Formats: sequence, C-alpha cells, structure tokens
Amino acid sequence: MNNEAISISSNVQTTQFIAIAVSVTLFLYILFLVRNKKIKEEYSLLWLSSSIVFIFFSIWRNGLEYFASLMGIAYPPAALFLILLLAIFLILIEFSINISKLAEKNKRLAQELALLKQKIEGLESGKQADDPVRGDDLENIEPVSGPVK
Amino acid sequence: MKKILIIVPAYNEEENIRDVIRKLNSENQDWDVLVVNDASTDNTSDIARSNGNAVVIDLPINLGIGGCVQTGFRYARTHDFDIALQFDGDGQHSAEEIKKLLKIVRSNEADVAIGSRFSQKNDGFKSSFYRRIGIRIFEWFSYLLIRQRITDHTSGFRAYNSKAINFLADHYPSDYPEPEVVILLGKNGFIIKETFTQMHERMGGVSSIPLTKGPYYMIKVMLAMFMSSIRSKIHNDE
Repeated sequence: MNNEAISISSNVQTTQFIAIAVSVTLFLYILFLVRNKKIKEEYSLLWLSSSIVFIFFSIWRNGLEYFASLMGIAYPPAALFLILLLAIFLILIEFSINISKLAEKNKRLAQELALLKQKIEGLESGKQADDPVRGDDLENIEPVSGPVK
Repeated sequence: MKKILIIVPAYNEEENIRDVIRKLNSENQDWDVLVVNDASTDNTSDIARSNGNAVVIDLPINLGIGGCVQTGFRYARTHDFDIALQFDGDGQHSAEEIKKLLKIVRSNEADVAIGSRFSQKNDGFKSSFYRRIGIRIFEWFSYLLIRQRITDHTSGFRAYNSKAINFLADHYPSDYPEPEVVILLGKNGFIIKETFTQMHERMGGVSSIPLTKGPYYMIKVMLAMFMSSIRSKIHNDE
C-alpha cells in the first residue's frame, strides 16, 4: 500500500467521524431544546427524524451507496444532497403552514381586540353621560363614539 | 327600514378622512359610518373621531386592506346591519353614488353591487392602453372561473347584503381581497352586479396598489383568483 492510499482512507475515516459527531450533536441539541421547552414537541418531530436519518447514514457508510444505486444515482453524494434537500423542504413547508396559521390567528385576535376596544369606549362614554357628573370627571368625558340608534 | 353601515377602511388618510366623513354625513343620515383605522401612523384616528358622527375602530396592528375591511363586516354582523357598503377612505369614491349601489342590493337584484369604473366609457378616470388590456384580461379570467361578467375587480366601492356580510365576516381574503372576493362570492353562489360609478383622482396620500408593477401584480392577482376558484364551496351554517 502506498502513502497516497493510506492518506485517502484516513481522510474518509476523519470525514465519517466528523459526520457522526455533527449529526449526533444535532440530535442531542434538538432533544435539549425540546426538554427545555424552547421547541414544542410537535415541531421537533421533523427535526428529530431528519437528524436520525443523518446519524443513520453517517454510521452506515455503504448505505448511501446502496440507496444511490437503488434510485439509479451514479454519484452517491448526490443521493445525500437529495435526502438533505427533501428534509429541508419538508421542514420549510411545515414552517410556512405554521406561519400562515399564526398570521390568521393573529389577524382574528387583532380584529376582536379592536372591536372590543370600540365597545368599551362606547360603554364608558355612555355610562359617564348617565352618571351624576362629578366635577373632576367633566374633563374626562369623551364624545359618544357609538352609533346613535 | 334597512340598517346600513358604511365601512371606511383608512390607513394614513389624515388628509382625506375629514372630507370623506363629512360628505358621507351630509349625503344621508340613514346610515352609520364606521371608520376602520388600520393602525395608521398619522392622526387618522383622532381626525376621524373629531369629525362628525362616525364610529372609529382602531386596529392595534396593521392588517392590510383585507383584514381591515373584514373588521367592518364583523362589526356589521354583530350589530345586525342589513347592508354594508365599502367606501375607501382616500376620497376616490363619491358619496352621491352610494344610492346607485344600494338600489341594486335593496331590490334583491344581487347580493353584491360593485361600483365599476370601466362598465362604460368615461372621462373621469383616465386609464392607459396597458391598463385597459389588464382590465380585459381580468374580465375574461373571472368569467372563465365564475361565469359572471365583472369589469372592475379592484374597485373598493361595493355594497353587500346581509347574506354576504355573514359570509365575509368569516371568510374575507387578505392578500388581494377585492379580486379574490369576486371569485370567492361567485364560487359560493352569490350574485354580483356592477353599476357604473365615477372615480376621482386621489385627493392625497399614497395608493395601495403600485401600478408600475403592472404585469407582475396581474400574475399574482390571477394566481390568487385561481386559488380562490379551486377551493371547495364553503358551507356557512352560522
């Protein structure tokens, strides 16, 4: 075995070591975030399953080649990119769904809040007008803002 | 006696809102005027409150024209109004023409009346050649989707009956609300009628639709209209 071959095989080992270390760290980090309630459980599912897929492929090196050949991909790292992209896509779509839901709820809340505020203003000005007027209240009386029926 | 609510969506309209409310109040006393202030950063709210008999609702955050007008529908529903009329806060519409729209809805000719700038030739509102092409495309596209001929999809001058109020209080779209509402209502069996109305040049303020981005805007709107059309019919049991 010449020197070049040795250095390549040690490079592959280093890469695998880094890959395992990174994906395990990622997995633990997400677990930590869920434990400390920084991420809600329902949102963590996709992240956790993605990081398990990363761990799986970083341990089982031939797995990637196996899947690549199954899918008819000549260059195994391309299969890795495909898996990565799909995982990121899924997570981002999930985010869009959640943002849309939040925006809708946010809108409803703002509308209800505004309607309630208007109702209170109407009630307060109505009440003040009916009550016997105290001297110090005179300045605080607002014009009736409710519809006059 | 039908209860009528004029919904005036207003965002940073301190220059126009006073005149708009004054005109609405002087035209007729049969209706209530509701100004929905979409979290303006200027004095729109104060000016609206201090001028004439208008109810003012202040949204705590800016929701855009869709969420703003929907607030009006929600108010109209809670207070049992029979007709809600959208009248933009920038002074583009004329209060004298409100009765044209009311007539259509009152006579049960349609559930929704739209004041159209393009349903007949007019000198009041000058539109460029490209703009007219855009209008034609919209007309054709919505006919394709809902089989009703609408010439002015972006008009914010509209009257709705109580059936439409109840429906829109829950389902008002928020991205490109005016054209989307046309499709949404058409899809859900509402009858829409247009009548010609004049449109004044804006008295002040800035338009909400950037016309310079015409084609791009059109594609986005048409996509939104298409999306509205492929949604299934909404069953409103409330």
